[in-house]
Amino acid sequence: MESVLSRYRNLIILVGVLFLQVLGLAMQVKKNGNDEEKTRLIRIWAVGAVTPFERALVWVQSGSGSLWHNYFYLRGVRAENRELKQQIEQMRLEQVRLAEDAAQARRLQTLLAFKEQFVSRTVAAQVIGSSGSDHSRIVYIDKGESAGIRRDMAVITANGIVGKVLLVYPSVSQVLMISDESSGVGALLEKSRLQGVLRGSSNGEVVLERVMSDEQVRVGETVLTSGGDQIFPKGLPVGTVANVGRGKDLFLNIKIKPATDLSQLEEVLVLVEKQERQSAADDGPRMRASDILAQRLPSVPDKPAADAKAAGAASPDTGVNASAGQAKPEAKAQNQAAIKTQATTAPAKLGSTPKPGSASSLATGPAKPVRKPAPAGGAPITIIPADSTSTAPRTVEDSRGSATAGEGGASQGNPPTAEQPTAAKPSAPPQPDPQTPPSPNRRH
Amino acid sequence: MPITYTSGEQVEVYRFSIPVTIGVPLLALFVQAFVPLRFPRFAVYFDLPLLVTIFFAMARRSPISGLLTGAFIGLAQDMLGHNPIGIYGIAKTVVGYGASSLGVKLDVENAGARLLVTLGFYFVHAAVYFTVARGLVNITQTWSWPHGILAGLANAFLGVILYFLLDKFKQRT
Repeated sequence: MESVLSRYRNLIILVGVLFLQVLGLAMQVKKNGNDEEKTRLIRIWAVGAVTPFERALVWVQSGSGSLWHNYFYLRGVRAENRELKQQIEQMRLEQVRLAEDAAQARRLQTLLAFKEQFVSRTVAAQVIGSSGSDHSRIVYIDKGESAGIRRDMAVITANGIVGKVLLVYPSVSQVLMISDESSGVGALLEKSRLQGVLRGSSNGEVVLERVMSDEQVRVGETVLTSGGDQIFPKGLPVGTVANVGRGKDLFLNIKIKPATDLSQLEEVLVLVEKQERQSAADDGPRMRASDILAQRLPSVPDKPAADAKAAGAASPDTGVNASAGQAKPEAKAQNQAAIKTQATTAPAKLGSTPKPGSASSLATGPAKPVRKPAPAGGAPITIIPADSTSTAPRTVEDSRGSATAGEGGASQGNPPTAEQPTAAKPSAPPQPDPQTPPSPNRRH
Repeated sequence: MPITYTSGEQVEVYRFSIPVTIGVPLLALFVQAFVPLRFPRFAVYFDLPLLVTIFFAMARRSPISGLLTGAFIGLAQDMLGHNPIGIYGIAKTVVGYGASSLGVKLDVENAGARLLVTLGFYFVHAAVYFTVARGLVNITQTWSWPHGILAGLANAFLGVILYFLLDKFKQRT
């Protein structure tokens, strides 16, 4: 037995060492991705052993470089240039933010309760090292926990995103770049607004996944962060589409050229604080979809003043159609209050018969349209007064829509139906609200 | 005329001072981590810790010290990355054991032998790494033969140069 042990001693030790390492690997894998906590201490030792040298070398390099550049080569010009570059970086970030904000406004995304995140505070850091392996695309930066850096913070440059903070040590942080295989970033194409997942690959390429193969993606299109990963704020540049090909299953294989040169990183910004801003839709009262639809539809002209009695309380100079399509009770109440006030102060010359379930819509007045300010959160009300001498029905329109109801009637928000009285045509067609977009459902 | 095949008694066994034993692997790790910041392709083609492992293993000609050297260097390399610790460790342990075992059988003092040995162990290292990464840790890995051959040759040529530099630190037993 002893001779066997001594004869195969080397092999036994080899197997033992390999077994221990496999055991260690199995324990890390068993933790299902949370191995960082288990292996944190030994990683700190390794990082602590290597990064001081890297930091010193970077310091010596930058020190000697700055000595030459600032005092011998061009005194002061470099510093000024650096300041200007920093200003440009800040302005680019601001530009990105404003551009995305404006684009969102154009797309009427304010109607969505979408929290938008903006870059609020960044910490500049210098890249001091890497993993030294193409199987692990990470870099080390010279700022850590003491500088306020936390795990999963976004790391960017003025050109675009770099990656996220993976591990944080007291004075050093490990950054996982977007080109790493285990990286994943929510991204979208700027023009087509197609969303996908940005992933790294084993050869260092960055690929946009999860875009269906029947979509049209053009080479050169800009890719932005979508904000869906809760790490990167929305709208930061990721890169441009370099190549589009067929991928696995039903998806496209879209290769992305990163906006930031990930192989030449020197200084980066860590987003330590993101300002969360609520969209404008959240500031005001919530509206229902039917109310929004009702706003966009024109109102149906009311019947001629067949029933003067019903119109008896109308104002002689102003027509108001109290829309029942109001989304908010306050707005409706304001309109109703206005109607009541006018009804008590002026006799009506003309009016319309209130339909069952419709508000009284009566007025005469100057020919000049009057535009009333909108109630809070609502669209403005356009009041088109009728000719006081005319017997034509009021061409009173509420931009909120066609659905009308009696005082206190519930908002229906439905377009007019065939059953609604339309036989009595007004002498002049109702003027649409200029603010109301043309709608295929529009009826006159 | 160099001896290319020797018995165990004919092969010279070298040892190294403690500063060299600790300092050279650390320096290799440091250079491997720092140089890619300025020369990004360096990490793609070169693996200095592997070359150092092969050199120490071949020079000492002791399988146990070879595999331990490989294990320590590999584990240290693992710690600098974000993948589970042990993938490089296992690969370099195997390489250290193999290189030292080969060093016992072969005299690998000449440049040609060193070139071939380094090239061969580069592929052994890559094979073990990919096997462990895919089989045990389930990390997606793709192998490219053109890249592998190019990187193997690059490491082999760099190894030949590096070994001659490191030969200066050898101490005869």
